[in-house]
Amino acid sequence: MATVLGLYNYWIAIFLMMAGFYVVIAHGNLVKKIVGLSIFQVAVFILYISMGKVQGGSAPILAAGVTSYSNPLPHVLILTAIVVGVATIALGLALVIRINEAYGTVEEDNIHSQDEPE
Amino acid sequence: MQLGQHLPVLQVVIPLLSAPLCLLLRNGRLAWMFTLAVSWLVLAGAVWLLLQVLAHGTVSYALGAWPAPWGIEYHVDHVSAFVLLIVSGISAVVLPFAGISVAREIPADRVSLFYTLYLLCLTGLLGIVITGDAFNLFVFLEISALSSYALISQGRDRRALTASYHYLILGTIGATFILIGVGLLYMMTGTLNMQDIAVRLPAVTDTRTVRTAFAFLIVGISLKLALFPLHLWLPNAYTYAPSVVTAFLAATATKVGVYVLLRFVFTIFGAAFAFQVMSLGPILLVLALLAIFSASTVAIFQDNLKRMLAYSSVAQIGYMVLGISFASLTGLTAGILHLFNHALMKGALFLALGAVFYQLGTVQLTQLRGLGRRMPWTMAAIVIGGLSLVGVPLTVGFISKWYLILAALESGWWPVAVLVLLGSLLAMVYVGRLVETAYFHAPPEDDREVREAPLSLLLPIWILILANLYFGIDTSLTVGVARQAAALLLGVSP
Repeated sequence: MATVLGLYNYWIAIFLMMAGFYVVIAHGNLVKKIVGLSIFQVAVFILYISMGKVQGGSAPILAAGVTSYSNPLPHVLILTAIVVGVATIALGLALVIRINEAYGTVEEDNIHSQDEPE
Repeated sequence: MQLGQHLPVLQVVIPLLSAPLCLLLRNGRLAWMFTLAVSWLVLAGAVWLLLQVLAHGTVSYALGAWPAPWGIEYHVDHVSAFVLLIVSGISAVVLPFAGISVAREIPADRVSLFYTLYLLCLTGLLGIVITGDAFNLFVFLEISALSSYALISQGRDRRALTASYHYLILGTIGATFILIGVGLLYMMTGTLNMQDIAVRLPAVTDTRTVRTAFAFLIVGISLKLALFPLHLWLPNAYTYAPSVVTAFLAATATKVGVYVLLRFVFTIFGAAFAFQVMSLGPILLVLALLAIFSASTVAIFQDNLKRMLAYSSVAQIGYMVLGISFASLTGLTAGILHLFNHALMKGALFLALGAVFYQLGTVQLTQLRGLGRRMPWTMAAIVIGGLSLVGVPLTVGFISKWYLILAALESGWWPVAVLVLLGSLLAMVYVGRLVETAYFHAPPEDDREVREAPLSLLLPIWILILANLYFGIDTSLTVGVARQAAALLLGVSP
């Protein structure tokens, strides 16, 4: 039980990850899919950030009297991943706008039925 | 020489910096010529790097002079040098074709944007292959993926948009899985340098975290390389993308995916862990065979030829993964060899279809009736490329299949060898269908004047076709390098 509660940060990450993943799979609305994808990615960011935390460690800034620091590298990595995530979401939403212009809808079922007759 | 030392990083920096410059050019034709020059420069660099690696062994480059494992290391060994040559070589051949093909398929005001995206995609693919840092690999993966989503969405059909969207969703899930895997590996080893991870991994190899990391990485990479049953994004993306984009991506993007698989399985985790502890072999073997048979069968029933070749790509990826699944020297040689050979044949075939599209405006099978007489050079190229796909002797396809069957027999799995031959028969059926329509059917009644494609389209196609024949006869370079690369990955002498 102690380990289950002690690892609560990972449980949050996994819950968010699965919730986002579920939205991507289950929803037919293209915008909601992108939102799900974003949640999925953010969960991974949390996974990385909590990985860098050292118990009792301070923020990684050199200061007198501090000997234990949290690991800053995962944070830096995640800054990069956030940028990638933002670019992905932006591109995804741009595509949704173009799809809406071309089909007049952002519902997956309606889009499929419009392409069917051909 | 100074420049020679910095060659590994220049392979990435040159196309990366050229991309924004290309955007500034505004003029489509100028942007094309600029991209062409950059691509040829990169090819020259790749050839030089391969020669260096063959002569002196692995080349290592510390980015910003920060020594590994603290700084990012660019690591060029036989495997990466070979794949670099494939990517830059295909790009150098595809771009001359792009000139008039892109001008026809892309609105004039977007052409320079198109080439900017193309250069970014090239940067990403080269970066994946050259980097020795696991997180850097993820970043390059996303650079190439994001630009290829945008490139695919430039197709004229509106379905290009939905194809690109689905690719974006699946590709991002795949990349995020890879990110999770890399994160878990970092958690256990405290390093991101691939060589360094490989050194530290054995101490912690028997933990659930490492096994989970392995699972996430394999699934993520399989999504990227379109291994059956994770290939669903591929057929639509290749069908509706502009001709040049299809040819370039089909010949390079999935190959780079296979390279990432090789890198993670053999360099980082090691063959012993992957194939004995995690029993990756049977999983890959079954999925590869399913890919070959299901995708080839589906390909037979396609009326859109680009879609037919896209399914055929899924099947061909099956052959590469099949070679890897043996985890033997001959098997890996066959897999790596097929990377190169498949790039040649699919590049040629998709370019030829691009030429057909340029003249006819369609690639529906029924519209190709009697085209053998009206576009003889293009159709002859398709026939030779198709024969190569089937694996007829004197073509590169035969060499791949030969080594693959050799590897299967060596491992004592003769039923697999039989299945490879049966798979070739399926390829014969779908190629045969195309040849029959083009040569043995009368042209459609509403006869428009259809002429042979212009020389600037034919030349790149035939360069690739001749390469198909040349490397099908003289295999010393390709087999030699592939065998050395396989030996390096397995850690044995060739």
